[in-house]
Amino acid sequence: MTDHPQYNYKVVHQFAIMTVVWGIVGMLVGVFIAAQLAWPALNFDISWLSFGRLRPLHTNAVIFAFGGSALMACSLFVVQRTCHARLISDGLAAFVFWGWQLVIVSAAITLPMGLTTSKEYAELEWPIDLLIAVVWVCYAIVFFGTIMKRRDKHIYVANWFFGGFILAVAILHIINSLALPATLTKSYSVYSGTVDAMVQWWYGHNAVGFFLTAGFLGIMYYFVPKQAERPVYSYRLSVVHFWALIAIYVWAGPHHLHYTSLPDWTQSVGMVMSLVLLAPSWGGMINGMMTLSGAWDKLRTDPILKFLVVSLSFYGMSTFEGPMMSIKSVNALSHYTDWTIGHVHSGALGWVAMISIGATYHLIPLMYGRKAGDMYSVKLIDLHFWLSTIGTVLYIVSMWVNGLMQGLMWRAVNSDGTLTYSFIETVEASYAGYVVRFVGGAIFLFGMLVMAWNVWKTRQLALSGPALEADAGSPEADAREVMA
Amino acid sequence: MDMTDLRSLATVLCAIGFATVVWWAYGPSRKQRFEEDAQLPFLESDDEAYHPASGNLRNRGEES
Repeated sequence: MTDHPQYNYKVVHQFAIMTVVWGIVGMLVGVFIAAQLAWPALNFDISWLSFGRLRPLHTNAVIFAFGGSALMACSLFVVQRTCHARLISDGLAAFVFWGWQLVIVSAAITLPMGLTTSKEYAELEWPIDLLIAVVWVCYAIVFFGTIMKRRDKHIYVANWFFGGFILAVAILHIINSLALPATLTKSYSVYSGTVDAMVQWWYGHNAVGFFLTAGFLGIMYYFVPKQAERPVYSYRLSVVHFWALIAIYVWAGPHHLHYTSLPDWTQSVGMVMSLVLLAPSWGGMINGMMTLSGAWDKLRTDPILKFLVVSLSFYGMSTFEGPMMSIKSVNALSHYTDWTIGHVHSGALGWVAMISIGATYHLIPLMYGRKAGDMYSVKLIDLHFWLSTIGTVLYIVSMWVNGLMQGLMWRAVNSDGTLTYSFIETVEASYAGYVVRFVGGAIFLFGMLVMAWNVWKTRQLALSGPALEADAGSPEADAREVMA
Repeated sequence: MDMTDLRSLATVLCAIGFATVVWWAYGPSRKQRFEEDAQLPFLESDDEAYHPASGNLRNRGEES
């Protein structure tokens, strides 16, 4: 493993590799359950292969294992590079890495066994929740401790976003997971009824807002300028972007509970705040995109930049779609349909995954003493880019079609007031969309396998060939010796 | 003071808070410092030290 003279790259390298590994695992489970929806016989009548158990495994694996590893790799990389300081503790950083992997493995074991709190995106039972809390606090200590060691007085905007994400996720996780244990594998939430639902979606939407948005915006504010080789379009806009985004996101949760027993005024607040959220979201997207102004030609030759910029366009699309879907009358059509799944994946595949992939391609070569973004094959990155884009588009378009169709079929009534369609008829009509979604997901997964191959070859290249050409005694040769 | 007053107050305070952030970010006297802050990711002398053969990252585009 490479050992950087100034920074702790070991933990960054570990998390970057696990980003690829957990990406493949999580997306493989996703493709499998997508296939189950088209061909239900694929559950093989085995309980731990059933959709209800594998679906939380998929969401936990892609959000917390893949996304979490990407966030930890990038945040621990960026905080060192922009503070010009080594992580405050190598030991604590190692604990964060291995602790997080233990959380993921525990999830992969308990979820297929059917052990679940039944809270969406917070399914893990209380012993694992406690472990998450400990690991997360250590992660916060490593991150903020390193910021306290910084050389420059100013804290770079990416670190503000990472800091907001780390702090908010700690609060969300601890409050939403409060429960009374009954046995080692079973607990009861301290909340009940409508309050439970509201706490759950306060958590759930802020998992989207802080884990899947603020954290990845931190990645955006460092890697887009670095890869484009020019400072962010407007640093002053980024300041407004940060405060507006974190101030508004926390109020948007009730839009998950439209037309439920949640008080009507709370639903309206959630809807209005979700609509307001369009402004900071697009402010951030425009800030990222416009960073390329005057350098758009780089997009022709640099597939890493393509990943980063196209991820921003998917971010813009899904943060337009989200506020629109939070409008009560639109939600009456879209809620509980596949439109929601399409919307989520427009954000998850298009934004979160693609910006993570772009950032990983940027930093992986640095871990092996190469130039930023200098992977084994640029053509394979380009291939991966197109596989990701085509896969995402197939996925979201098929779910739009399915969602609109389901919503319209469910609400269709005959002149005597009876329903026009039975539920099973809407399931049958969804078959074609499910097949297209499976194909789109499989294409996206194939792209991740191409990435794994490219990372592996880059590693091999770094460990063998060029070391011979480097001058003995140079820092580069020293670095390679350490690696070998 | 009833609930409606509190709600109105919260709205006004949020608006003032937002206006303050915008004023602070766009105040002309802070233009210079934010432009310098935006350069933070590029102030990495260690890049050359660590990769002597590869040159400065910012020259990468010209080489290819």
